[in-house]
Amino acid sequence: MRSVLAPILALISAALAAGVIAQAAPAADTPDPAADAKAFRDYFVTKFPKVKLDDFVNGPYSMNEDMRKQWLEKEEFPPYDFALDAGKEMFAKPFKNGKTYADCFENGGIGIRQNFPYFDVKQGEVVTLELALNRCRTENGEAPLSYVKDDMASLTAYMAFTSRGKPFDIKIPDDPRALAAYENGKRYFYTRRGQLNFSCASCHVQSPGQRLRAEILAPALGILNAMPIYRSEWAGMGSISRRFITCNSQTRAVPEEAQSEDYRDLEYFLSYVSNGLPISGPGARP
Amino acid sequence: MTRMALAAIGLIALAAPARAASEADFKAAYAAAEAAEKEAGSLRNQWITTEAALSAAKKAAAKGDFDAAIASAKEAEALAKASIFQATSEKDRWKDAEIH
Repeated sequence: MRSVLAPILALISAALAAGVIAQAAPAADTPDPAADAKAFRDYFVTKFPKVKLDDFVNGPYSMNEDMRKQWLEKEEFPPYDFALDAGKEMFAKPFKNGKTYADCFENGGIGIRQNFPYFDVKQGEVVTLELALNRCRTENGEAPLSYVKDDMASLTAYMAFTSRGKPFDIKIPDDPRALAAYENGKRYFYTRRGQLNFSCASCHVQSPGQRLRAEILAPALGILNAMPIYRSEWAGMGSISRRFITCNSQTRAVPEEAQSEDYRDLEYFLSYVSNGLPISGPGARP
Repeated sequence: MTRMALAAIGLIALAAPARAASEADFKAAYAAAEAAEKEAGSLRNQWITTEAALSAAKKAAAKGDFDAAIASAKEAEALAKASIFQATSEKDRWKDAEIH
């Protein structure tokens, strides 16, 4: 009897030991956002040792001295000024029911840009500032704004302006759905698409500081901190939604709908890996 | 006599136009392209150029130019299949580009 049991017990012990080892060593592709963010930051800091960490939020101007000089001169009379004024006015103007945007946000919506996007554990989804603004409108009986037109960019410009200098503080709650959203955003960022076979990373990780025709590509680290932006190319303001859609079109991919799940998750990922870097929006770009 | 017969056959062959593409041929080519583009859509990976080729195919067909319509439909099908290949191969390959 003992001779029969011995090999069985040995097998069970081996299986248990293997199980313990498997539990102790994390699988190679176990999501670890904190490690991702550190690796992300280290990559850019190593690649551009002369650029100060906080300066990455200034995109191409942190990469090219001539452009930086032009930008600093432009900042004396920034092209987004009109949007700031319009945004401030819109923000304060009561809805038909007498409420305002301030009633929908913490701290009356002032100085909170750095906390968006966040993962809403009740709804189980990523909520961006643009989405929150439109939800505020519809909950108060107003029609939603276009995500790609000036009004939305003006509102977010004003809210970013009141948050300037505050570091991104994006949280991933202890909820598997939040981690899945973060991972989906990461997947979207690194996945090649469009006839030109480009991913977001092709330009903003592999080639920042290099020219794409007349443009200097911005680094992915801190790339959303300056949003929304006035783009000379657009002759107007652009929201994050507009930027994502344009990027997709430039690679000849059919863009997704503004504020699609993929785009919101992408914003979640990009904002999280830029945690600690200051909000600098609204920005101006060529 | 033989020479004349051969010449006549040659003339007939030259004079007979190549078979023009029909509307049915176009419909088959367009359906194949549309099916491939639908599959690319299910993978959320359609290309602007595929959509443009599909649109060009429809416009040419509306004018009755089925040769051009079929050429555009075939181009659209090839582009859609390339986008499907891209989406399939990128399913896991994106991880190779990740910063670690």
